This record gives sequence, structure tokens and C-alpha cells, in this order.
Amino acid sequence: MKPHTLSILVENRAGVLSRVTGLFSRRGFNIESLAVGPCEEPGMSRITIVVIGDDEKVEQIMKQLNKLIDIIKVSDLTENERVERELALIKVTAEQGSSRAEIMQIASIFRAQIVDVGAKSLILQVIGDTEKIDAMEKLLRQYGIKEFVRTGTVGILRGSKTVTSGK
Amino acid sequence: MKTGAKILVESLQREGVETIFGYPGGQILPVYDELYDSSLRHILVRHEQAAAHAADGYARASGRVGVCLATSGPGACNLVTGIATAYMDSVPIVAITGQVPTTMLGNDAFQESDITGITMPVTKHSYLVKKTDEISSVVQEAFYVAGTGRPGPVLIDLPKDTQTGTARDSPRLDKVVLRGYNPTYKGHTRQIDKVIALILEAERPLIYAGGGVISSNASEELIALATQLGIPVTTTLMGLGCIPCDNPLNLGMLGMHGTEYANFAVTESDLLIAIGARFDDRVTGKIDTFAPHAKIVHIDIDPAEIGKNKRVDVPIVGDVKAVLNDMLNSIKKKGIHDAWRKKIQYWREHHPLKYPDDGKLHPQYILQRMNELLKGDATIVSEVGQNQMWTAQYFGFRRPRSWITSGGLGTMGYGFPAAIGAHFARPDLPVFDVAGDGSIQMNIQELGTVAQYKIPVKIAILNNMYLGMVRQWQELFFDHRYSYTELPSVDFVKIANAYGIDGIKVESADEVMPALKDALDCNGPFVMDFRIEREENVFPMVPAGAAINEMIGGHPR
Ligand SMILES: Cc1cc2nc3c(=O)[nH]c(=O)nc-3n(C[C@H](O)[C@H](O)[C@H](O)COP(=O)(O)OP(=O)(O)OC[C@H]3O[C@@H](n4cnc5c(N)ncnc54)[C@H](O)[C@@H]3O)c2cc1C
Ligand SMILES: Cc1ncc(C[n+]2csc(CCOP(=O)(O)OP(=O)(O)O)c2C)c(N)n1
Repeated sequence: MKPHTLSILVENRAGVLSRVTGLFSRRGFNIESLAVGPCEEPGMSRITIVVIGDDEKVEQIMKQLNKLIDIIKVSDLTENERVERELALIKVTAEQGSSRAEIMQIASIFRAQIVDVGAKSLILQVIGDTEKIDAMEKLLRQYGIKEFVRTGTVGILRGSKTVTSGK
Repeated sequence: MKTGAKILVESLQREGVETIFGYPGGQILPVYDELYDSSLRHILVRHEQAAAHAADGYARASGRVGVCLATSGPGACNLVTGIATAYMDSVPIVAITGQVPTTMLGNDAFQESDITGITMPVTKHSYLVKKTDEISSVVQEAFYVAGTGRPGPVLIDLPKDTQTGTARDSPRLDKVVLRGYNPTYKGHTRQIDKVIALILEAERPLIYAGGGVISSNASEELIALATQLGIPVTTTLMGLGCIPCDNPLNLGMLGMHGTEYANFAVTESDLLIAIGARFDDRVTGKIDTFAPHAKIVHIDIDPAEIGKNKRVDVPIVGDVKAVLNDMLNSIKKKGIHDAWRKKIQYWREHHPLKYPDDGKLHPQYILQRMNELLKGDATIVSEVGQNQMWTAQYFGFRRPRSWITSGGLGTMGYGFPAAIGAHFARPDLPVFDVAGDGSIQMNIQELGTVAQYKIPVKIAILNNMYLGMVRQWQELFFDHRYSYTELPSVDFVKIANAYGIDGIKVESADEVMPALKDALDCNGPFVMDFRIEREENVFPMVPAGAAINEMIGGHPR
């Protein structure tokens, strides 16, 4: 069992996402992360899904995904050199004084941006892979995290290889 | 400008549809109004489930796409079992449902149900139409998707305002192009060469042919290949009929209730060539011991089937007919395999199917007489359970599409309505539904349909006053504890009579042939109530989880 990052190119139509997620839920798979958005090809969207499962099960799901009429291309990025990123917004308790300075220091180490400054809190925006965001969350916990939101992972292959419709 | 309802009916006719099966209701009324003076024939069933099964039976018997129609909410929900049945057996149907108007979608409006959502896991694809001007292209696309590649059911949900709205006629496209759907028909040449080499090397090759041979209309090619190379053939339940029962290479069905010789052959073969079959657990038994000495070749149009249940040595993704033709074109030598066929012949002689010869009314005897009478010139449909297995074992199928049964979902109540559909596909052939007394009562209301339209379906009820197949399991694996499987006697002839249908009760073996002849000679529908040996079992049988050569109820080895 290991995490697989799947990149799925789909027709941008109503119902596509439930068709995709349905294939996971029917097999008892939990989706770790999900990101969807329009992409470079007109009328299409790209879905990035991270699931944990053994290779054979994931391969079967990919084949089933390929059968869906609205799905154009499915690819498991996991076996390849790739770039993966998530974005998180973290609202941390930051009273005036030393804790605020410490938080700002942590932010700069992680190259996070401070996107909002309130009287008693700061909002940090951090971009990175899952581990980096997990690490930052852990460090900030001691100050009190009021709210933590993160996007799903998006991934892209390094070099000139692509996951496209091939046209 | 035309209404959506008119566009729908004309689009169906443009796809070559002549007969549809359905049941009206509020949200599909505009379509029904259009049907009122259309040349498209509509058969009014008595339950929407039957409409879906009839469309399915029509599709299996004809090889064309079957169509059913229902209203929203309860009507649409009643189709679900029928759609799921078609999905499991890869049958092309298009199901059309009325829906509440687009403006009310999602409001829990009267008789609203999210039927595209409900059927998502059991359809190949579905459409929720939003605008009238989409209807004609959606219909064309739906037929294309249902009938090509690995066939399957497609649902079109039509909100009422799309039926009443108007749009301009749009021409039928020459070709449907879908970016995400490109089935592979031609097999990979190098893989095909590999298979031929393997066949020539093999000493004990065996073909395991399934429903894909039938849906691909590749029965001739299969027989030609088997004959040229001298390879014996066993078929799945869904593949019966793809090679005639009396062809010396045919070993009959394999699997849980297959013949002993077919299962022995699988277990000893050194090359198993799976053609349009999907390694179902009813076929393989304990998967690790299935064909343990064989290299495995798998020819299937659906890449997701390759390696799904069993590791495959040489996969060929493609259409059976195209692949077999390519194989036939590149075979230069003849196969020999004489010793292997002799061995199989020995098994065949020493392990035939058997049942007691005691003059009592055994179901197997009825099927044999039916076979004798019809000689393959009929469409045989079954319900689910023992009746289905005895038919598979004892009726000798000679032709593809002459056998119609619910294999994957095993839907009791499938047979009778499917037989109605099969009649409209092949009105030239007599249609028999072999039933159990349990199954027939799942859609017995369709007696109303066959009576109304004088549809000559002959129902042969193998009446054991039990849910026989379940009783058999209780007898063998639950210590004879017949928990809720006994059914009280029903006077099926009287029920038939109440609908104005003739029938006969049969209680002894010598009455069987005359009753069958009566049924065949009668112009309309007919019901035969065969009071069979109540605790007859289906043998041989592979117990759940056993290897397929470990059968019970067969001959000592
Ligand atoms: C009570 C009961 C008992 C049963 N016992 C048995 C038993 O003993 N033995 C048995 O065999 N079955 C039995 N079955 C049926 C079993 O459950 C399965 O339905 C059946 O074995 C599947 O048959 P198949 O492998 O031929 O596949 P099908 O379901 O017919 O699938 C067809 C396959 O062919 C492929 N295909 C379709 N079209 C094409 C094409 N044009 N080109 C290439 N490939 C194509 C599809 O992708 C699919 O993989 C039983 C069912 C019931 C209800
Ligand atoms: C709709 C449905 N419900 C339950 C079952 C489980 N089941 C399989 S066979 C069977 C018994 C069938 O009894 P009957 O129709 O009398 O046929 P027999 O086995 O006696 O020939 C049952 C209940 C099923 N296959 N389908």
C-alpha cells in the first residue's frame, strides 16, 4: 500500500466528478486528496487524485476510469519524476509580542507568505508538497491554529512528458 | 421546429428502432402523446422492470440495441434491476426516463428521483438532457455507446420541459466522435502471432469461450479456428450456443455446474485460450487452482478485464471477430492434439451428465424432450436457479443467440419479460421461458402483456414448490435446514386462465411430450406447470471455494 497520484483528463461536464469518485468509493477506497480545475485544453478539466492502495487495485481502478466515456486520459504520476504541490492557508493565533515574531520567522523559513494581519491572528499561505505543509502545521500548532485549509495535491510530470489528450 | 417528444421518437426511428417496451406516467406524457399516432410500436408491459428485461431480451436475441421507456420517480426506479442485469451481462439497451422539468430539478418535486445518480454504477453511460436541441444528438450517441465496444446499458433522462420545448431538426451525424471513447477492435499482430506459436507448441490446448463470442457475432470464426487447430472448446453459461452442442469439439459448460469433463480439461490443459470471457468466480472456483498448469491467453475488447481476476500470459485487446479472423488468416499449419482429445473423450464417456432413470418426473427429462422437439429452432430463455442450470446442461444449444439468461446478476423474474423481448426480435422462432415456481412469480403480471398482444411465449414452470437452488444449498451446506425456501402450491393453470391464457398441469413423464407439443401448436402464449421431483438437485457441482475439478454429485474418479 502506497500513495498514488493520478492525473485524470476529463470532459468538463456535469456528473463527471461523481462518476470518477464512485469508482473509488465502490471499492472501499478513501480519496486522500482531490483537486479539479480547467486546464490547457478547451472543454476539459484535469483532476488530480491521491489514493493509498496496492498497485494492482489502483491499476484496476485506472482501467475502469479509462472506460468512462467522459474520461480522456488517466495516468499514474507516481512512477515518474514529477512536481507535486499543495497550497494551505493557516490562520494562527498571534498576539502582539514575541509569538508573533516567532511565527513570522517560521513563515520565512518555509517561504510562506503572510496574507492577512489581524489584531490577534495572522493568515499564512504556504505552498509545497504534502510533507512540507504537514511540517509547517506541526510547528505552528503550539501557537494555536484557529483554522487550517488546504487544497488537494496537483501534480505534473517533469521534463517534456505530458498527460494530455494527445492531439 | 418540432417538439422534443417528436424529435425523440423520430431519432429512435432513425436508429432503426421498431419496437419499444414501456409504461407511461406524468413526466413522460408528451412522449406518449407522440407515440399515439407514430409507426413506432410500443408494448405496454405491466411493470417497468419487465420493460427493461424485454428490451434486454430483444437485444440479446437480435444483436441490436433494445429500448425501454418509463416515467420519472417510481417508473425510473423500477427499471433499475433491469438496467443492472443488462450491465452485468454486457447487453446494449437504451433506457429512456421522464424527469421533472429542469426548473424543478433537485427540489424533491413530485415523482422526482435522481435516476442518473441511482444508475451511475450500473450504466455504461448516461445523459441528463437539459435542452430540447440536444435530444437528437444524445439519442444517436447513446445508441453508439450502448452498441459498440463492450456493449452495455445507456440511460437518457428527459426532463418534461425538454419534451415539450421545440427545436430545429438536426441531421444525423455520419460518425459519432467521442474524445474519451475509442474501443480497440483490431488485435495486436505480434500478440496474435505469439498466440499461434503457443497453440502449435501446446499439447493440451483448450478454448474457454464466453458471451463475448456471441456479442461479437463470431461463432463461425470460433468454430473454424477450433476445427482447424483441433482444439476442444468449453463455454461459459453466457457462451452456450456459440458452438453447436453436437460438435465433437464441444465440451459444454465449465464451472460450478459445468460438465466434469470440461472442468477436468481446464485443470489439465497446458494452454487456456479465453475468448470473450471474464474469469467469473462461478467459472473459476478457487482462483489459484484454476487452470494451474496452463499458460493463459485472454482475448477481450475490454482492457479492464485483462488480468482482473487471473494473471494472463498473452493478452489481446480487441474484438473477438476481428482477432479470430486475423488468427485464421495467419495459421498455416493444422493442429494435431490427438492424444489430448482422446483423453477428453475418455472423460466424456466415463463422466457424462446423469440423473436417475426411475420413470419419475425429472426436470432434466423435460429439457431433453424439449430439445428433441425443438431441435434448436427456438429461442430458449430461463429464469434463475436450478431451472436455469438444468436448461444449460440438458438443452442442446445449436446456435448463438438461441439462449438468453441472466448470468452476472442472476435476476429472478428476468426470463419471462426477456422472452417477450426475444419474441419481437425473432418472431419467426418459438420462444420458451424455462422457469421455477419462485422466479415466475417475480414477474407473473406479464401474463397480462402476453395476453393483450397475443405474444406466443411458452412458459415451462419446473415446479418444485421450493426456491430450489437455495434449498439445494441448505440441503448440502446448512444441514437440511430449509429456512424460508418452501413455497405453497399454486395453481398456475388457473392463473393463466384468468388472463385468458391456456395452460396444462403435468404430473408424469409420459405427459411431457404431449404437453410440449400442445404448447408449440398453440398460437398464443401457453403455461406448462410441470410438477417435478421436489428435491432434485443440480449436479455435478463445485462447492463454493473448491477447485473446479473437485465436484460433488458426479462420477467417482
Ligand atoms: C445460479 C447461477 C449459476 C451459475 N453457474 C455458472 C456455471 O456453472 N458456469 C458458468 O460459466 N457460469 C455460471 N453462471 C454465470 C456466471 O455468473 C457469469 O455470468 C458467467 O460465467 C460470465 O460469462 P462470461 O465469462 O462468458 O462473460 P460475459 O458476462 O458474457 O462477458 C463477456 C466478456 O466478453 C467481452 N466482450 C464483449 N464483447 C466483446 C467483443 N465484441 N469482443 C471481445 N470481447 C468482448 C466482455 O468485455 C466480457 O469480458 C451462473 C449464474 C447463475 C445465476
Ligand atoms: C431477485 C432475486 N432474489 C433472490 C435471488 C436468490 N436466488 C437465487 S436462485 C433462487 C431460487 C429460485 O427459485 P425458483 O425460481 O423456484 O427456481 P428453482 O431453483 O427452484 O428452479 C433464489 C431465491 C435471486 N437470484 N434473484
